[in-house]
Amino acid sequence: MTEISGSDPLVRLEGVNKHFGPLHVLRDIDLSVGRGEVVVVIGPSGSGKSTLCRVINRLETIDTGTIVFDGRELPAEGRALARLRSEVGMVFQSFNLFSHKTILENVTLGPTRVRKVARQQAEQRGMELLERVGIATQASKYPAQLSGGQQQRAAIARALAMDPKMILFDEPTSALDPEMVQEVLDVMTGLAKDGMTMMVVTHEMGFARRAANRIVFMADGQIVEEGSPSEFFTQPSTERARDFLSKILTH
Amino acid sequence: MEAVVDELPVILGAFWLTVKLTVVSGVISLVWGIVLAAMRVSPLPVLRAAGAVYVNVLRNTPLTLIIVFCGLGLGTVMSVQFSRDDLSLNSFWLSIIGLSAYTSAFVCEVVRSGINTVPLGQAEAARAIGLTFLQTLRLVILPQAVRTVIAPLGSLLNALVKNTTVAAAIGVMEAALRMKNLFDAHGDAIIPIFLGFAAGFVVLTLPLNLLSGRLARRLAVVR
Repeated sequence: MTEISGSDPLVRLEGVNKHFGPLHVLRDIDLSVGRGEVVVVIGPSGSGKSTLCRVINRLETIDTGTIVFDGRELPAEGRALARLRSEVGMVFQSFNLFSHKTILENVTLGPTRVRKVARQQAEQRGMELLERVGIATQASKYPAQLSGGQQQRAAIARALAMDPKMILFDEPTSALDPEMVQEVLDVMTGLAKDGMTMMVVTHEMGFARRAANRIVFMADGQIVEEGSPSEFFTQPSTERARDFLSKILTH
Repeated sequence: MEAVVDELPVILGAFWLTVKLTVVSGVISLVWGIVLAAMRVSPLPVLRAAGAVYVNVLRNTPLTLIIVFCGLGLGTVMSVQFSRDDLSLNSFWLSIIGLSAYTSAFVCEVVRSGINTVPLGQAEAARAIGLTFLQTLRLVILPQAVRTVIAPLGSLLNALVKNTTVAAAIGVMEAALRMKNLFDAHGDAIIPIFLGFAAGFVVLTLPLNLLSGRLARRLAVVR
């Protein structure tokens, strides 16, 4: 396991279990994410990858186990939970930009309402971030007027505007037309290079090889295998991982 | 026809009261209805239950009963007073309580149906950037929900204009009660007076429908 910066991980999950009715979606998950580390979670659909991502900012609650973020256990509710969420960015498969607000308003809503940053300052920073993800010219448009790739880059800018300690990516390119996947992955690769702590659920194996410090392979709600990208893709140690890789890498 | 012309100032005065009843109870219903809708989608079971009980009781009670209760129950028995010497002002505000209590239950259900049209991902994204429940509701969910239900809210307002006539039951001298009084004074001109009042209501409601239709199109949220 590659611990990036010493013994103090940013996120630590211990013995996490989660059920959806009779379905046991997370089984005894133990996982740490170091500061500055990029963890890519892969696995067949229904393996619990997205749920794993969503329990870290408590969009899903857990049944048993503990999740510690930045030295503190996740708050259950209320303002403390809202504060935690403001420190963990999230990028969704379906973008989820606020439909009634312009791109710039989407990016400034959090800073002005949660962090109480002055509007002008938030807008200036918002424009810098939109510049960084390459859609500054779209700032005054509404989400529905943008392509999927542009919307997802706006969503990344919205997450960055909160200066998060970590960003969770829940299948960020799965809803995109193929020609727009790369522009989003480029932004993500840039973030990874800049040292952002990231957990990425994805099916993009090229990105996983290039940007990940560690691959976590999940199946049936369990972490079956984890390791560096080079180990994992060249000599996976479990039959389940070999089987999965053979299915996705042959076509 | 002369009767209508002769009594025009009286008729206009009565309609002015109708307009006041509509505007004041319309604003109160809108605010209170949105608060009720917020209660009905809140994470607190107590608030959800209270909202549900309120809506189901008020929505399923005839307006006449509610207005009469406000006049006799609140006004006479419980001595709720808004003015010591002006009885008509008293019944004006008591009828506004009744109209608002009733209409807000419908506003709540319309707004709630609007909330249901907002995709779940909008609320998740709002929570994910650290907005509290109330901020999420106020800044993200309600603005989208209300925009999608402007047309049905317009219909509710239209119904409210006509429902203000029930205030006649506790002696508020709005258009309907004034019409009845004019019938007594001008027994030979019942049809013209009736037509005059009917036209008055159309003048009030028709622009309302046009306006809400136009607003609904202009403010529609594109997804």
